[in-house]
Amino acid sequence: MKPTLRHEDIVLLTDRIEAAQRGATAIPKLTDDFPAMNLADGYAVQLSLRQRGLEKGMRQVGWKAGLTSRAKMLQMGIDKPSIGFLMADMARQDGAAIRTDDLIHPRVECEVAFITRTSLAGAQITREEVLEATDFVVPAIEIIDSRFSGFKFDLPSVIADNGSGARYVAGGRARDPRDIDIGTLGVVMEKNGEIVTMGACAAVMGHPADAVALLVKVLHELGETLPEGSFVMSGGITEAVAVKPGDLIMARYQELGSVSARFI
Amino acid sequence: MDQTTIARHGEALFAAWRERYVLPALREVEPSMSIADAYAMQQRFVGLRLQAGETIIGKKIGAVSKPIQDFLGVFEPDFGQLTSGMVCSQSAGVNLDELIQPMAEAELAFVLKDDLMGPGIINSDVIRATAYVVPCFEIVDSRIRAWNIKIQDTVADNASGGVFVLSDDKADPRKVDLALAGMVLYKNGELHCTSVGASVQGGSPVNAVTWLANTLGRLGLPLKAGEVILSGAQSHLVEIADGDELSCIMGGMGSCRVRFHGRSAV
Repeated sequence: MKPTLRHEDIVLLTDRIEAAQRGATAIPKLTDDFPAMNLADGYAVQLSLRQRGLEKGMRQVGWKAGLTSRAKMLQMGIDKPSIGFLMADMARQDGAAIRTDDLIHPRVECEVAFITRTSLAGAQITREEVLEATDFVVPAIEIIDSRFSGFKFDLPSVIADNGSGARYVAGGRARDPRDIDIGTLGVVMEKNGEIVTMGACAAVMGHPADAVALLVKVLHELGETLPEGSFVMSGGITEAVAVKPGDLIMARYQELGSVSARFI
Repeated sequence: MDQTTIARHGEALFAAWRERYVLPALREVEPSMSIADAYAMQQRFVGLRLQAGETIIGKKIGAVSKPIQDFLGVFEPDFGQLTSGMVCSQSAGVNLDELIQPMAEAELAFVLKDDLMGPGIINSDVIRATAYVVPCFEIVDSRIRAWNIKIQDTVADNASGGVFVLSDDKADPRKVDLALAGMVLYKNGELHCTSVGASVQGGSPVNAVTWLANTLGRLGLPLKAGEVILSGAQSHLVEIADGDELSCIMGGMGSCRVRFHGRSAV
């Protein structure tokens, strides 16, 4: 798929997303003004956003896969996850108090994060190759925050918006993925001490490592590879849960321990 | 309700089960019916199955999730009896012709090695008394027309018990985190849904078994060594038809697979 946007439109849309992120203000989806915008345009804006971050001295630690549940893929009409970049300054520590005044309408999801020990590249990566290239996995919480009003977006818009990526927290216990069956691990998310959502890791495209394999394929299509030492969020196991100041989120994982965050 | 009326409804449920037809909702026929009346009807219904040659082999626990309890209008689970005629095997599968309006759900089954006499039972007593746990499919069924049930109807109808299939994979409950064990359900080879042990009774399948031991204990009844206890659905109800195959994997415990044959639609 070829991009349709002119360079100046990409700059304009990158400005819009950047301003919405910085000011924590919701904007209409980008396709309202650019109805012809396609997936390639979305990635062009996202990569331009990433380039600005790198030029400011931010460190990219890895990537995230999004829209990984069967329901979301059917809804969006896609057969691969959407991907987004993860910067070090988006990370928060396990148990951290996370500000919400610089976010618009944050939601949290439980995910498994993969930390790679060798690089991965190409369009034909298998689940086994992902597991072999993985140093360890850890439990994680992703805080998504669409810059679009009411979380209403289409595929080109959400990709331009870095897959709604905002913050992430890794915690728990690092495990060698060869020692456990990641697909059948159970996960429970509690909000203020009550279970709000739960599931097993297979909810992510049948197996979270399959989502990582497809993420590598999307990178390949963008002319990128996944370097050694990457931190990869493999996609939401549970539905996204809205959070507000005062909420405590605790995610408990079979075999991986727990990870938590407070919102202020 | 008087004993004669209770016995009559228990007999009607037995006849409906044996001949495979449905009855109108009992709570609509008997608006004053209490949950205690419903358990008395269940006792009569199951008693007739025992007279016809079956034996009690365990218990099933129902209504273990908050959404189902909210739907039925209750704050605690219910239970029914497992009888020898309800056992199906993974190899032979389930014949839908023997059921009325079956639906499937994935559960964890506990097989006891010691008696458990409540009240006063705590979760660690259940773990100690458990020989092993196994992934299981329960095929629930209703003798009430179109599953139009509230708590009185399902309790009287033996907690909507149908048949069940146990896995051959036996796990030691001391070696698995039963609350956080994932459950992955496939229908005809495709991922259907996922869940986790904590979906049962506020946080763990063990909670449900402990509840049952204490509830029966208050009636002076024990859970017995050798009994199979189905701890309640971890999945939602799955529709099934002739030719379908379901499998579920429970994290760290193994899997259960069941094929359905017989008539294609209900």
